[in-house]
Amino acid sequence: MINRKYFYQGLKSLISSRSPAIALACSFIALGALFNNAGFNLQQSAASSFFTYALPGQLVMTESFLVGASLVNIFLSVWLVNFRLYPMTVALVPILKHKSQPRWKYYLSCHLIAVSSWLIMKESYKRIDQKHRLDFWFGIGCGTLSAAVISTLLGYWISDYLTKEMMIGLAIVNPVYFLCMMVSVMNNIKTIIAVSSGALLGPIFYLATPEWSILIAGIVGGSIAFLTKDKKNGSI
Amino acid sequence: MDLSSNLILVIFVTSIATFASRFLGVLTAENISDKSKLFDWFNYVAYAILAALIARMIIFPAGALLESTLLIRLIVVSTSIAIFVYSKKNLVLPTILSFILLTFFSSIY
Repeated sequence: MINRKYFYQGLKSLISSRSPAIALACSFIALGALFNNAGFNLQQSAASSFFTYALPGQLVMTESFLVGASLVNIFLSVWLVNFRLYPMTVALVPILKHKSQPRWKYYLSCHLIAVSSWLIMKESYKRIDQKHRLDFWFGIGCGTLSAAVISTLLGYWISDYLTKEMMIGLAIVNPVYFLCMMVSVMNNIKTIIAVSSGALLGPIFYLATPEWSILIAGIVGGSIAFLTKDKKNGSI
Repeated sequence: MDLSSNLILVIFVTSIATFASRFLGVLTAENISDKSKLFDWFNYVAYAILAALIARMIIFPAGALLESTLLIRLIVVSTSIAIFVYSKKNLVLPTILSFILLTFFSSIY
């Protein structure tokens, strides 16, 4: 079913100096505390992180729930805010594909796609033989998902001890982690253009359309990068 | 409907709405090779989307970060990036430091 050797190798990426565990822990601890304050119980909090496992969507869900939004509205706002997972999945699955792997594994493993696990996989897949990448990916994903669920529980339990200042401090860790990962992938001209145009256009479009800004900035910035000529590698 | 069963529905609906994008992604990727132009396009779009998301989180934050000023957030973020670069890309140091710095700045302002 799953090759253990590669699964453990993926799991081990959580205990390296480039581990996403701290960033994940900080953001999901804050989420757990928020769930507690919003009136969720422990099981509901853990279930949300396990079954949704996408922080921005869970924040939107909590806000919408507190203002009494309808289920249809919650569905639509979560779908829109988590739609980034669609291009991320399309940009990940082809590198995991191998004819020896059964189809159901792709549909199961896509639940493990989140920004942190995606970035680590994109950074390390070339080291892994294509045949075993899916099992390596299961290792990374199960590790990050477990870290998210455990941190949600921890945050729920310690929410009374978290001061307002600490909640502010916890909230900056995830953007800092993502930004560092972005800096380290900027090693060719096309990725540099994709990342910098996205970062520039995102906030500008936000002023015009907050809900759609991220997607539009991504499509425009990504297309600019795609169409840029890379002289060194000779592709378009 | 009582609050608790309503909340379970809310969590269920949120999970379905999130999984939909992942599921559609695998469906789309079934016929895309990692050497195709279409894959390249999705790849750059994904990176640009993440960059846009991160920039928005820092410049126009939601939630707890709203209570810090943009200047302080930029100072904390650039210090952490500098440490990341000078520590041979260690990620543990800058992430822990960013938490300590922003917690400290928030308690003195």
